[in-house]
Amino acid sequence: MKERTKSKVFKVLALSCVLAMAGAVFTGCGSQKQENEAVKGSLTASGSSALQPLAQQAADDFTAENPDASITINGGGSGTGLQQVSDGSVDIGNSDVYAEEKLDADQAKALKDHKVATITVAAVVNKDLGVKDLTTDQLTKIFTGQITNWKDVGGPDEQIMLVTRPASSGTRALFKQYAIGGQEEASNSALETDDSGTLMETVKKNKGAIGYVALSYLVNEKEVTGVAIDGVKPTLKNTYSGKYNVWGYEHMYTKGEPNKISKAFIDYLTSDDYAQNVEKLGYGAISKMSDKAVKNHEK
Amino acid sequence: MFKKEYLGRGLVTLCGIFIIALTLAISIFLLIKGTDVFRLFHHSVGEFMFSDKWAPMDVPGQGGGKIGARIYILGSLMTCGLALLIALPFSISAAIFISEISPKTGSRFLQPAIEIFVGIPSVVYGWVGLTILVPFINEKLHAPMGGYSVLAAGIVLAIMIFPTITTVSADALRAVPDSYRQAAYGLGSTRWQLIYKVSVPAAKSGILTGVILGLSRAFGETLAVAMVIGKTRVFPKGILYPTNNLTAAIAADMGNTANGGEYNAALWAMALLLLIISMACIVIIHLIARSGKNS
Repeated sequence: MKERTKSKVFKVLALSCVLAMAGAVFTGCGSQKQENEAVKGSLTASGSSALQPLAQQAADDFTAENPDASITINGGGSGTGLQQVSDGSVDIGNSDVYAEEKLDADQAKALKDHKVATITVAAVVNKDLGVKDLTTDQLTKIFTGQITNWKDVGGPDEQIMLVTRPASSGTRALFKQYAIGGQEEASNSALETDDSGTLMETVKKNKGAIGYVALSYLVNEKEVTGVAIDGVKPTLKNTYSGKYNVWGYEHMYTKGEPNKISKAFIDYLTSDDYAQNVEKLGYGAISKMSDKAVKNHEK
Repeated sequence: MFKKEYLGRGLVTLCGIFIIALTLAISIFLLIKGTDVFRLFHHSVGEFMFSDKWAPMDVPGQGGGKIGARIYILGSLMTCGLALLIALPFSISAAIFISEISPKTGSRFLQPAIEIFVGIPSVVYGWVGLTILVPFINEKLHAPMGGYSVLAAGIVLAIMIFPTITTVSADALRAVPDSYRQAAYGLGSTRWQLIYKVSVPAAKSGILTGVILGLSRAFGETLAVAMVIGKTRVFPKGILYPTNNLTAAIAADMGNTANGGEYNAALWAMALLLLIISMACIVIIHLIARSGKNS
């Protein structure tokens, strides 16, 4: 009787091994092929999930205008993107952070930084909550777990539910540095969500929830609303002028000087003509950042 | 003749060796990667297993953070334990129904229904859990963190491991020789007495194999659990509170952490721990099978 059970178990195991192997072989071939074709007018990029929607849209528009080019945009996270561009397995590594933060000095030095857009991060709450404005101090106390009820900051008597992103998230890093003064979030009383989409869903479902997402997630959003910090609303206009300081650069890294198609694609994405499309997706156009904004940000 | 005989044989052998080599390669890779945090960053295994302080550095080559993964480990243990607690009564009952009480209905309707369960992708379980279970726990049981909880994860996992345990147990029960049953009836036992005094004890090792297979599936399950557990890095005050587990923590941070950094290394150590757990499960299954044979 054990024999029967055992053989069944092993059959299942064997089958899954074979499938996994086949999968590995196929994906292996796929990436190899794309690499070889890169010189012929194809381009692969991977990394930041925050930049991915913009990169994908730009890639679609770019290939519509240049039918011979083919561009593949993958996610995977900033760390993955930087590692892969450093290895040479992709042409462009998308990242929310500077390469120096995720790679060692030698690897980072070999990469060339192209700042392609800015991303504004907003604290978000459920529209039903009715809280529209928080001071930096209140925001910091909420995210560090010192204030736990909305009534303490002028809202209804409702438990505050923190919804955050993983410690390695680029959005979280920006929010931590520019919105709550570098304080560590209270991760022992916060729900952690893998991606901004899930965070938005959680805030939608829970009246007392507060989280933070990039402005691109608030485009056409009805149920979740951004919170003004010290009276300044999280908008692109306020980001450009330097009033709203919770933003960061989105980077595209290439290994050394970009090849022809990479350069063409990056130039296309950062051109003045394309700025309008960039803004439509909720990102900030790099060419519109005022000197004041850039200076404020460096402080 | 030579071609007919040796070509196929050679091919099959080659595939077999390839699989063994692949398993070994993955294990060795994980062993090297997973011990980085202890070798390069000089953390102790004790800190990793028994400390709650988790703040690894995310810069290549830079150590000095804290890598206590106890909350993740306990989170995995708790959700899997709860899942087993929920699934086991149902699984054993279903297995008994299929094999002893109503073999015809069992094999015609119940077994296929259960096998469909196995094929449902985990993201579907997670999603259903997220849209039905989590709000339900929030509204009916007044869970403090919106319903994301150990309970939600336990229930989702229980549904996922239920078919595994049931099918393997039913097979084991069916394999109990009919002579046992005839002997029991001959001695005047009722059907229920036969079931709980003869069939189930005789199929014990097979049922245990099913339990451990289910458990190892539960340990490795990532997506469905990650969607409903809440991923709060704290020891839960009860089953209505959220916590985090090994797989969800790895999945959340693996893409964004710096390669060669302490954070990344700590995640690899967690991956190694998962491999060790699943290997231990396989060893236990073999031991059970062997002891079953001996008795």
